[in-house]
Amino acid sequence: MELTVRNLSVARGGITVLEGLGFTLAPGRALVLRGPNGVGKTTLLRTLCGLQPAVRGEIAAPPEGLAYASHADGLKSMLDVRENLAFWAAVFGTGPAAVARALERMNLSTLAARRAANLSAGQKRRLGLARLLVSGRPVWVLDEPTVSLDTASVALFAGVIRDHLGQGGSALIATHIDLGLDEAEILDLTPFRAATGALAQAWGDDPFLGDFA
Amino acid sequence: MIALLARDLRLAVRAGGGFGLGLAFFLLVAVLVPLGVGPQGDTLARIAPGILWVGALLACLLSLDRIFALDFEDGSLDLLATSPVPMEGAVAVKALAHWLVTGLPLTLAAPVLGVLLYLPGPGYLWLVVSLALGTPALSVIGAFGAALVVGLKRGGLLMSLLVLPLYVPTLIFGAEVVKRGAAGMEVATPLALLAGITAGALALLPFAAAAAIRVNLR
Repeated sequence: MELTVRNLSVARGGITVLEGLGFTLAPGRALVLRGPNGVGKTTLLRTLCGLQPAVRGEIAAPPEGLAYASHADGLKSMLDVRENLAFWAAVFGTGPAAVARALERMNLSTLAARRAANLSAGQKRRLGLARLLVSGRPVWVLDEPTVSLDTASVALFAGVIRDHLGQGGSALIATHIDLGLDEAEILDLTPFRAATGALAQAWGDDPFLGDFA
Repeated sequence: MIALLARDLRLAVRAGGGFGLGLAFFLLVAVLVPLGVGPQGDTLARIAPGILWVGALLACLLSLDRIFALDFEDGSLDLLATSPVPMEGAVAVKALAHWLVTGLPLTLAAPVLGVLLYLPGPGYLWLVVSLALGTPALSVIGAFGAALVVGLKRGGLLMSLLVLPLYVPTLIFGAEVVKRGAAGMEVATPLALLAGITAGALALLPFAAAAAIRVNLR
């Protein structure tokens, strides 16, 4: 159940942003993706999840093994916290016990009957991340999971990831902040920046355009 | 997939969900047309089948862009695409949910509104039959149109332009069934064609819509 990527190139809007990327994510391990804004972290994660095709290269992932947490939490504001989570539990076929466990684990039990519209940004985020727990999938693909979380919630979530790793799961995390996961490996995406991306970068240094700066 | 249907229906009946929007529009059309055309029973009786079908069609069109746009905006379409539910199934279920909150109420309300338009007696049965057979096609074709424009800001107008030509055969045969039924004529031919369009749309368009969504999610 490991996720292996070989010589992968991914493109956003028709422009290749990352190329020659390769890594292996073994069960029980976490891999933190780093790199400046626009380097292609989200594009890479969306490609791994099958939301867009790779330009070239291979992705070997366990079938239906990836759980994706994007920037958007996919919450319905008119449903309450439990209904939101129960929907995803039904979609992933995990059932109500998983919902109760996830609510407990993400510290959302007291908010279970509150409408998602009335949650704070951090509470919405916690609910979005709780979906990972009810998905029952081994490989978590997380895109900036800590946005709008406070320090306590970041620590809580780091604990959730650590438990997940302990149960043989794995996590691929694009983040700028330190989650406090000391055991996580770090992969800097900057060296894999595609030549076309570098070209676009070079245009940024154009003296003509520079006159307008 | 049942969970998706239950969620869509639940969202539709909660505040801001849009349940009854199409029905209210249909009601307005059926109430306003006699006021605009005048109270001559024979004129109204002649145009009733067409007016009722056009009203039902436009009422369906009204809520189409919500089928996928809301899920796209809050990110749940991405998450659905990575879930075990096949996109074709999700499209079919969402079209079914749209029909249950739009097409079905329209079908049930149509006979009542037919009275306002002096629809001749034998026409009521065929009005209900033709709407029951035709409105599923409106929902599925609409889901396909909505899938084509998902991700576009203000895609509603473009979607209407794409969908309306595809609605025309359903409108023609649907209204024809009612017209012939009201006049006491044989309805088998337009009814068969109407059913054929619906069956074809149900069989093919979920696949086309799912393909369109996958492209639009890239």
